[in-house]
Amino acid sequence: MTIASEQVATPAAERRFSPEWIGQVFSKILLHAAVIGITLVWIVPTLGLLVSSFRPLEDFASSGWWTALSPPFKFTFDNYQQVLDSSNLGNSFFNSFMITIPATVIPVTIAAFAAYAFSWMKFWGRDFFFLALVGLLAVPLQATFVPILKLFLQLGLTPENVGFVGLWLVHTGYGLPFAIYLLANFFRALPTDLFESAEIDGAGTLTVFFRIVLPLSVPAIASLIIFQFLWIWNDYLVALVYVGGTPEFAPLTVTLANLVGSLGQGYQLLTAAAFFSMIVPLIVFFSLQRYFVRGILAGSVKG
Amino acid sequence: MASVTFDHVVKRYTADLTVVKDFNVEIKDKEFMVLVGPSGCGKSTALRMLAGLESISEGKIRIGDRVVNDIAAKDRDIAMVFQSYALYPHMSVYDNMAFPLQMQHMKKPDIDKRVTNASRILGLDNFLKRKPRALSGGQRQRVALGRAIVRNPKVFLLDEPLSNLDAKLRGQTRIELQKLHRDLETTFIYVTHDQVEAMTMGDRIAIMNAGILQQVGTPGEIYDHPANLFVAGFIGSPTMNFVPATAQNGSAKASGFTVKLPKPLEAGKKGTLGFRPEALTDRITDEANSMQMKVDVVERLGSDQFLYGQVGGDAVTARVDPRMKVDPGDTVKLGLDTRTLHFFDAETELALL
Repeated sequence: MTIASEQVATPAAERRFSPEWIGQVFSKILLHAAVIGITLVWIVPTLGLLVSSFRPLEDFASSGWWTALSPPFKFTFDNYQQVLDSSNLGNSFFNSFMITIPATVIPVTIAAFAAYAFSWMKFWGRDFFFLALVGLLAVPLQATFVPILKLFLQLGLTPENVGFVGLWLVHTGYGLPFAIYLLANFFRALPTDLFESAEIDGAGTLTVFFRIVLPLSVPAIASLIIFQFLWIWNDYLVALVYVGGTPEFAPLTVTLANLVGSLGQGYQLLTAAAFFSMIVPLIVFFSLQRYFVRGILAGSVKG
Repeated sequence: MASVTFDHVVKRYTADLTVVKDFNVEIKDKEFMVLVGPSGCGKSTALRMLAGLESISEGKIRIGDRVVNDIAAKDRDIAMVFQSYALYPHMSVYDNMAFPLQMQHMKKPDIDKRVTNASRILGLDNFLKRKPRALSGGQRQRVALGRAIVRNPKVFLLDEPLSNLDAKLRGQTRIELQKLHRDLETTFIYVTHDQVEAMTMGDRIAIMNAGILQQVGTPGEIYDHPANLFVAGFIGSPTMNFVPATAQNGSAKASGFTVKLPKPLEAGKKGTLGFRPEALTDRITDEANSMQMKVDVVERLGSDQFLYGQVGGDAVTARVDPRMKVDPGDTVKLGLDTRTLHFFDAETELALL
């Protein structure tokens, strides 16, 4: 392929093996080697996890996963069987959705409105509030657990009283700074002329938001939804802290982690569990990735 | 259909930044008025104040008899075509044009009728389902015009609508816009920095510089009788020749020549003598108004021939008969047509002739 594209201009005999030709081929080989090398390094642990998830416990405990790649092959579905059989799994799966979907929709919706205000409406203290909000990105969420839990207890926002609501609230709070920051930057880059044109055309603030800003921001919103969805789906710590004490509200991550006994027995199950919990994020990613289309703005402004 | 009046309009951003100063102009009903000036002269700001996109610091703007200072942009009964066209990229051509009508809660069949009509006028019938990105620059520009036409506004505002088109298309569109203006019988206010557009399209031209209105008049008036040095230099291509001169009884003396003035000026008056390149000719009728020009550069355009050179110590451009044989380095004798002579006061820069 490389060579074929080289032969366009001059006869092959003249160009091939000339110093430039060798230099070009060499640099391409280097580039490809680097890319493939990095990809391999990146993918090896995941591959190891996948292989391990199909290995019986005794092999798992006694030898490295790569030994399974040479005969005799001893693959088994036992780990998956055990994970699926464990009690609570269906319930946890449902809980994960119950937590993740509202905790994605609520902050993304709020962030879209807020970002529009921050980027296109004039109000007192706008820049200050925006800076303060972005500053919140620097707050480690671990530092917020104790005060928020205390507050929730006082307000009665415990899982026993309100179910998932407390978790939705904290996920919304943790997600908003980044969500607003991302969307505001995107909205701000929309051409001013569009807004002025819409103003003259008679569109009010809400019309502009729903009919112009939102449709033009689909790529940004789609990527934000993916980020937020994956972050909450994969979240273990926040869920453990806020609803971990009540197993009937625990999401998949917490339940799967509990498969491992307190002494570490059964940790081979985690490999299968990891792949099991990966299914949903993969579906979300592949179904939304087509919105990552660049150039949706092409043609709006200029020629 | 309405006139537009700017009545002592001022736009001030901060105490020391005033971009439009005491702007007074009356644009008649159905007139094609061009606001022209170098970039940053305040012409776009004036238009945007009229559109309702900028607040008015002082003075009043009237559309018809109605003062619009405190009326929202959408209620001013105007339509604007932006330099960037500002088409809604996610909407089809049809929806782009229908959008302002939908905002007025017009009924669907009526919207359909208006959009169809506008697209026929502009030749966009076959593109109604396309998105803006699938259109050429000229077609996008027409969609922007269409979006303005469908509203049937009292006043059309156009902010440098041709500057994103290539030269050939710009020439065509210039003609189409004039036709459109004639067909629609509506007031057009057109902002440009291009004096050719101003001269060719405007019923009248308002020239601005540094926030101040310099002169308002028909293209002919402005070309033949510029009110001051700035207008004289801004309009016309190649630009008018400016030569420092001193008035003597009935004539003016420059470094390389002396000419009779069409009307006498106070003796000893210092100023700038202005004459257009075409006021110079190789056919000399009066020896008294002739000059020797040392030619540096010759540009032959077929229909014209431009000579760039020196007369005395001053740079002068002449537009002469293309059949005249001249080469760089030659010294030629040129006569000056004194009927189109201008003399600008050295201090006020105002035209004295």
